Amino acid sequence: MEVLDNLILGAQVAFSWQNVLYCLIGVLLGTLIGVLPGIGPVPTIAMLLPITFNLDPVAALIMLSGIYYGTQYGGSTTAILVNLPGEAASVVTVLDGHQMARQGRAGPALAIAAIGSFVAGCVATLVIATAAPPLAEFALKFGPWEYFSLMVLGLVAATVLAHGSLLKAICMVVLGLLLGLIGTDVNSGVLRFTFGVPELADGIGFVLVAMGMFGVTEIVSNLEQGARREVFLGKVTHLFPSKEDLKRSWGAILRGTALGSVLGILPGGGALLSSFAAYTLEKKWSKHPEEFGKGAIEGVAGPESANNAGAQTSFIPMLTLGIPGNAVMALMIGALMIQGIAPGPQVMTDKPELFWGLIASMWLGNAMLVILNLPLIGIWIKLLSVPYRFLFPSILVFMSVGVFALSNNPWDGLIMGVFGVFGYLCVKLECEPAPLILGFILGPLMEEHLRRAMLLSRGDPTLFINPAEKPISFSFLLASLLLIAVITLPNIRRKREQVFVEET
Amino acid sequence: MRIKSPRDFWAGAMFAGCGAFFVAWSFAQYQMGSAVRMGPGYFPAVLGGLLSLLGAGVIAKSLAAGGPRVAPFHFRPLVLVSLSVLAYGYLMQPGGLAVATAAAVFIGALAGHEFRWKEVSVVALVLVIFSYLVFVKGLTLPFPMCPSFIENCPIR
Repeated sequence: MEVLDNLILGAQVAFSWQNVLYCLIGVLLGTLIGVLPGIGPVPTIAMLLPITFNLDPVAALIMLSGIYYGTQYGGSTTAILVNLPGEAASVVTVLDGHQMARQGRAGPALAIAAIGSFVAGCVATLVIATAAPPLAEFALKFGPWEYFSLMVLGLVAATVLAHGSLLKAICMVVLGLLLGLIGTDVNSGVLRFTFGVPELADGIGFVLVAMGMFGVTEIVSNLEQGARREVFLGKVTHLFPSKEDLKRSWGAILRGTALGSVLGILPGGGALLSSFAAYTLEKKWSKHPEEFGKGAIEGVAGPESANNAGAQTSFIPMLTLGIPGNAVMALMIGALMIQGIAPGPQVMTDKPELFWGLIASMWLGNAMLVILNLPLIGIWIKLLSVPYRFLFPSILVFMSVGVFALSNNPWDGLIMGVFGVFGYLCVKLECEPAPLILGFILGPLMEEHLRRAMLLSRGDPTLFINPAEKPISFSFLLASLLLIAVITLPNIRRKREQVFVEET
Repeated sequence: MRIKSPRDFWAGAMFAGCGAFFVAWSFAQYQMGSAVRMGPGYFPAVLGGLLSLLGAGVIAKSLAAGGPRVAPFHFRPLVLVSLSVLAYGYLMQPGGLAVATAAAVFIGALAGHEFRWKEVSVVALVLVIFSYLVFVKGLTLPFPMCPSFIENCPIR
């Protein structure tokens, strides 16, 4: 039982009192900020990243992941209590969760979301523990061809999942790749696109792009819309779901967990896709589809389980391949690099305590969330009733602290501001920021692998698509092509548009 | 030619413009190299070319099929929020933590719908104390507490 041995090693790391403490701080901070509407996991993690600089890598990663599932959890609380998703992945929770709250059943809705997330978290932890090692072993055989093609597949998948126009999403990816190239070229030492600015020699900080485009832009958009919030401020009573509720939701929890675990692993997948897919599945599966949108508990249980499972299994490609499937994982990769760890399949063998410690801490963090949050729900409700005019200046200050702490240089604030303005322009032109962020982090990696591949093959690009020589690379590229072809089929395209219209 | 979908048209123009810039700059400034040994200009030039083509595609689509207008810009929150972040960074060195925080809060709060001096002052005060306790004391971030003209800062 190798998995068991590994998990025991992980548990020893994760259950040391310091790491338990960091995990606890992480989930608490994550929930605290995740509860606030309009701040999703990306700006939250970006904002809190500097806190982890002085920690050792294991503790830093444990805390950051704690923040991640904390924000997920807080986001669903907001979705149920306020008619607003705290973050994108809980958009579908709003549909039935808030209806339940209006019918006076906020308690059971919150409880079932928590229970579902916990079950999903436990299962997903096991999935990671069993699926990651063989995948990492497989990935060790990857050459530059395979890596390049895998990144292409990841980026294509990310664009397919973006809202709105596919063409514009692809444009955002390419623009992201280009922006990622700014800075010193590792091969020749030439400064590219730095325009004589010394601060640009190391490239544009990933955190600054993420905070600008997700944090600053979000605040400006919220301010221009004006504060329209329907807050449920009644007391949450009868926390525990009835027998009937449990009977109706356990199936949904299991289905959501299974679906989320699978979808989370896919490049471009993760919490968001999982929750949408789970909601659609539950609606199809249910004997009473007419109840959906009017407070069906399955509509809370399924998506909430799925988004937690998806959030966790999206760690698999990040940990085993060193490739982020979504923007949050891109931040995690950034955090690893700041800690001086090169992401990739070797992390598991070189740093088993980091890998398994992180996995064990995921289970711990989920357990903490269930135990802590149900009793603490009163505090989160109080927090929700704080008017936005107090919140946003505070968020601005915290973001500024995070940015300034990166290098004590006001230049970073300027770059963040520039990307805030750019993000706002993108919102107005309906271009999604998430694909750009993925492209941004993958840009230098892709160039590196492409150069190496072309050098090794003496300039022969056909090796990428040669099924006899490089079957893995061939299948990745074929899959990307199929994905684009499928999504441009008129029928599926309509369906995709529908899915994204439903959410708004 | 009539622009049928202004939002897509401007998005396309932005992409095509950026792409063209990267291509032009790469060719002008950096060595291209060959496919075997790529120079620093090769990959950006290829990507830039791809982006301008894709951008042109977006423009072409916007001329063919109708679409929404560009939603109106709200410059007040955009400018003030950006200024608030900048003020924090640029006032930290000369002014110290309290000045930077207060400036960021006041400028930021002006972007909101209501601005009440008393409330904003309280928020600023709370944030200064919180920042001091959590970031400076707790996390030992090296932020200056006093304005730079005070040589021996009593708070540390």
